[in-house]
Amino acid sequence: MDVKARVRSYLRQAVMEEVGDGDDLFELGLVNSLFALQLVQFVENEFSIKAEREDLDIVNFSSIDALTAFVLRKTQPPPGPGHAAD
Amino acid sequence: MRLTDVQAGWRDRARRFAAERIAPLADQIDRQQATPASVLAAMREEGYLGAALPARWGGGELDPVSYGLVTEEIGKACSSVRSLMTVHNMAAQALTALGDRHQRQRWLPELCTGRKIIAFALSEPGAGSATRAIGTRAVEVGDGYLVSGTKKWITFGQIADLFLVFAHCEREPVALVVDRHSDGLTVTPVTDIFGTRGSMPAEVRLDDVRVPRSHQVGPTGAGLGFVANLALDHGRFSVAWGSTGIIQGCLDACVSYTGRRTQGDRTLKDHQLVRRHLTDMLVAHTAAQAVCYRSACLRETGDPRAVMETALAKYHAAEAAIRVANDAVHLHGANGCTTDYPVARYLRDATVMGIVEGTHEIHQVTLADYAFQRPYLR
Ligand SMILES: Cc1cc2nc3c(=O)[nH]c(=O)nc-3n(C[C@H](O)[C@H](O)[C@H](O)COP(=O)(O)OP(=O)(O)OC[C@H]3O[C@@H](n4cnc5c(N)ncnc54)[C@H](O)[C@@H]3O)c2cc1C
Repeated sequence: MDVKARVRSYLRQAVMEEVGDGDDLFELGLVNSLFALQLVQFVENEFSIKAEREDLDIVNFSSIDALTAFVLRKTQPPPGPGHAAD
Repeated sequence: MRLTDVQAGWRDRARRFAAERIAPLADQIDRQQATPASVLAAMREEGYLGAALPARWGGGELDPVSYGLVTEEIGKACSSVRSLMTVHNMAAQALTALGDRHQRQRWLPELCTGRKIIAFALSEPGAGSATRAIGTRAVEVGDGYLVSGTKKWITFGQIADLFLVFAHCEREPVALVVDRHSDGLTVTPVTDIFGTRGSMPAEVRLDDVRVPRSHQVGPTGAGLGFVANLALDHGRFSVAWGSTGIIQGCLDACVSYTGRRTQGDRTLKDHQLVRRHLTDMLVAHTAAQAVCYRSACLRETGDPRAVMETALAKYHAAEAAIRVANDAVHLHGANGCTTDYPVARYLRDATVMGIVEGTHEIHQVTLADYAFQRPYLR
């Protein structure tokens, strides 16, 4: 399963409602404030990444799209200096 | 639940320590509304102040079960002393997880050994359950903030060296480490509280206190949702285990009292209705400990369910502690209403467990959301 499908599957089960990929879970009141911590643990466990201090922006955790983009950013290594020369 | 040798070792050591060094002073601590410096020193020497903090910085780095068991033993002896472990570890945990490298290097060595105490300063006279309503303001000035506002009910605020203070910068929540000796910071003891009377609570007033930006924990905007919530999650775990300690204390006191006290020609324990109370206490302790163990095991593996299961454990254990402590006072009759027996103190301390780290009602509302998650995610 790709990243978005895994995130979507988890969120739909956790929220038990139809959630659109761009829906803001917090603004729509679908989850409480503790859910943000639960989501941090979910992405860390599911994708073996570590959410760093600077990642802790609620925007990164607010929707399926945002979480997917966040996980992809964390799992894809930034282009190293060698890339430009290649 | 089968404990490892290490976990059983921590529990047994804490049990001995609490029985010998803390329990004999618990009534005095309650009466005098102060935890003696000798108790703080002993807690420090045993490594309990940095028990949950990383070994790299001098902490005990106890696994969640060991930490829970230690907390239960200390909580059984004295909830006020246990509350020091709670606030210090929860604030320092937030610093560990969300502080930057310089902040960890600067503060963790002294926090891990307990040479410095850090308190958690979120609540205000007008903002308790609704944390977003905090009125403390942080105004950006040069390379830092000017912070103004009043924090209240700050456990061990009377002796803390540092405060983890939550404020709004514009409309964004920020978390800041503030030194007790900062100009413009005033600490006033809050006296005559109902329970955990030895927890030395304080009102902390900040009048244009200058706080360097290097003292900000986590990014702007993350102050409540991440920093405060992470600390409170650790706090709930500790309060849950502390509440099981109160239940165990009540059960021990009632077994002892009802086994000795006679009315007419019978010992209290021979009355079936009295025995029923003892059974209920035993079941309450076993059940509270079971939810605490469950939450500890989920925390150990970083399971996403850990956050809500910890809230569930805190709610269940605190609620059970209040019920059990109330029954314990009843089983002691008039003696239960005096300071000759510990049960009145247990009842007062248990009542506090239902308020701190989120009241019962806040947990009832929050946990209902968890009930709506798919069963296999719960
Ligand atoms: C001994 C002690 C130690 C403490 N230590 C600390 C500390 O170290 N640091 C710190 O920051 N704070 C501390 N506190 C404060 C504590 O966190 C707050 O008291 C708690 O969050 C409740 O806030 P409140 O007292 O303002 O009550 P309120 O929020 O005013 O609540 C009053 C009542 O209304 C109910 N209520 C409120 N909102 C709702 C809602 N949305 N839905 C349903 N019911 C609701 C509550 O459940 C409660 O029954 C401490 C408190 C005590 C008593």
